Amino acid sequence: MLGNLSTPELSSLLALSPSIDQIGTLERIARIQARSIKGAAKLQGLRMALSMIDLTTLEGKDTPSKVRQLCFKAQHLHDQAPDLPTVAAVCVFPTMVGVAKKALGNSGIKVASVSTAFPSGQAPFEVKKLDTLYALDNGADEIDMVISRGRFLAGDYQFVYDEIAAIKALCGTARLKVIFETGELDSLDQVRKISDLAIAAGADFIKTSTGKIQPAATFPVVHTMLCAIKDHYDKTGQMIGMKPAGGISSSKLALQHLLMVKEVLGEAWLTNEWYRFGASSLANDLLMQYQKQLTGKYQSATYFSID
Amino acid sequence: MSENNWNLEPSLESVAQVQIKPQYELFINGKWQAPLAATYFATVNPADEKHLAHIAQANAADVDLAVKAARAAYDNVWSQLSGAARGKYLFRIARLMQEKARELAVLETLDGGKPIRESRDIDIPLACNHFFYYAGWADKLQEAFPGQQMEALGVAGQITPWNFPLLMLAWKVAPALACGNTVVLKPAETTSLTALKFAEICQEAGLPAGVVNIVTGYGDTGAALVAHPNVDKIAFTGSTAVGKQIQKACIGTPKKVTLELGGKSANIILEDAPMDQAVEGIINSIFFNQGHVCCAGSRLFVQESIAEQVIAKLKFRLQSIYVGNPLDKNTDIGAINSKKQLETIEEYLDIGLAEGAEIYQPDCTLPSPGFYCKPTIFTDVAQSARIAQEEIFGPVLTIQTFRTMEEVVQKANNSPYGLAAGVWTANGARIFGLSSQLQAGVVWANTYNKFDPASPFGGYKESGFGREGGRHGLSAYLQFKN
Repeated sequence: MLGNLSTPELSSLLALSPSIDQIGTLERIARIQARSIKGAAKLQGLRMALSMIDLTTLEGKDTPSKVRQLCFKAQHLHDQAPDLPTVAAVCVFPTMVGVAKKALGNSGIKVASVSTAFPSGQAPFEVKKLDTLYALDNGADEIDMVISRGRFLAGDYQFVYDEIAAIKALCGTARLKVIFETGELDSLDQVRKISDLAIAAGADFIKTSTGKIQPAATFPVVHTMLCAIKDHYDKTGQMIGMKPAGGISSSKLALQHLLMVKEVLGEAWLTNEWYRFGASSLANDLLMQYQKQLTGKYQSATYFSID
Repeated sequence: MSENNWNLEPSLESVAQVQIKPQYELFINGKWQAPLAATYFATVNPADEKHLAHIAQANAADVDLAVKAARAAYDNVWSQLSGAARGKYLFRIARLMQEKARELAVLETLDGGKPIRESRDIDIPLACNHFFYYAGWADKLQEAFPGQQMEALGVAGQITPWNFPLLMLAWKVAPALACGNTVVLKPAETTSLTALKFAEICQEAGLPAGVVNIVTGYGDTGAALVAHPNVDKIAFTGSTAVGKQIQKACIGTPKKVTLELGGKSANIILEDAPMDQAVEGIINSIFFNQGHVCCAGSRLFVQESIAEQVIAKLKFRLQSIYVGNPLDKNTDIGAINSKKQLETIEEYLDIGLAEGAEIYQPDCTLPSPGFYCKPTIFTDVAQSARIAQEEIFGPVLTIQTFRTMEEVVQKANNSPYGLAAGVWTANGARIFGLSSQLQAGVVWANTYNKFDPASPFGGYKESGFGREGGRHGLSAYLQFKN
């Protein structure tokens, strides 16, 4: 059914999106945040979180050298600690995909490219298409596209749907992550609606934010998206991935997010095949906490490489 | 798949700061006094069945001493104080309770079996807030009831239940004292410890002797208090059966009575409800405090079109409910308060099965020893089934479906009880439409089991009469002169 929904069909699909009660959502999250994650469970959670990171650099001033360093870090998070997992992917602009691909070689770490005029999405569709094709031609394993928020807020759901479906068609075997930029959406009801729309249009992953706008991956937004994924799974048996990005910079938050995944979706999603953290500074905090958990002592931030 | 298994480790709250004496006496006239008959009973931790302490058992003669002390304190001290002076004591008590919040929370959990998360985050903070709230009213009674003259009733006899021991004490003691009454309180026999700790707090606060007296014991102690001719007011929270006995005992006496009794409250989910939040609301409505909640939403009504989905979601949600040691910070459902109550609940589970309802319990292992019950939902339940009509007072939910508003209102109201109800819908007009038709003292919209000192609480029909909490709660402890 990819890309095949007519306007009336799309309307009736979106009419089924349940309303979201913000206060109830906050209460549910408070219950999860009140849980105590300690000992072996904490260690396992930290390792899991590390393995789920999309290590990201998305700056205008990015250089091939910086991307290569990032790719090295992705494979060697902290060699002083034995047996650490690698991150899941390195996330860069299309122009850096070739560099990253070469640097990562056959490490198994994926290259994700942002696309469709990231971060604003303010470009004609033809440009977005070329943007995506460029990344794919250079070997991107995953495409992180942004939606046209203006069209979505204006109620032009068909346009947004068609755009996602068209990019999905270009992707082939590459996995498509659809970025909503929830900081620009108005309410949790809208977050739910775009989640249902993007999933119907063929998203492999749904992703909160570009990291360029605040607020980004807040708990209520992520909870709402997880519920959409769960409902889709219950209806069709198809798993959709989730990627919160922006704002999750501490281990504590990351572990709470993982617990939310476990409670809302189930343990099947606790793998980097289905869950990612889009983050640049999270990795080092996870590493610090990991070392603390192993040795009982906090180590100075200067012991961990920044890139 | 196995590498995805991620289980939390037990995270036990420390019991180090809690001092439990081997034996507790009666708190009468500001002093600890041994019961005249020198009889004591044991209190155990329902989570592991271990002995906690021996507690004095008051007989009618002990109750008489307590009432005399309360009367003397009323005549000579408390009724002579200004509202501001009474408020000062109440504020002091509230602050001391706050300072000892952690100790009180652990004690409540040890003695009653409720999860530490609830006693820490709900019971104790709310109990403190009730004292703060009524402390504020003590010198503003004229503003509470403008243009009216009023005075205190005198000696209030108060009997509290075992489900929210300290919180129910606060609901009763705080307004009574704020209005100028003195108190003889009888806590439930399985959960006396926080009331006795409260007596220590009264001492520490310098509360004049006899203003608060605590007589521990069983039902006969409560009956002696109810029967005492020098008691001016009886406030009782507990079962409807005992409430009826109290009401009969008070007929023909000048005693004023307020009763907060049982319930079989309807929680109604309409098809346009915020679905995931409604499911969470169901969890909160029936599994809060092991379902030992008089206003628990024990009868769930789901609109037919979404019933299948809601039940599926509920079953999935139950998989991440942790049942176990109440001192574990991750526990959602702790221990059933007593062996007797566990037997009652298990009897109802058998009744439900015999009535042909379909049972669902999540796959979880229960600790042993200790009194535990899995969270349970019954589907395919008939309106006439006993499990849908009688209060079970445990983590047991019955589910019925409905098609029309008229049908659900009829079914929800078809109960001798009328304590609370829940309505879940995104449609504001339906909230007002339904809540105006439901015969219940409290109606929650898109939430459940929310309590606040400023909000009155009480029932319709056999769920009792009188209101506790809010400005309304004051009038239960005052008489008016116009």
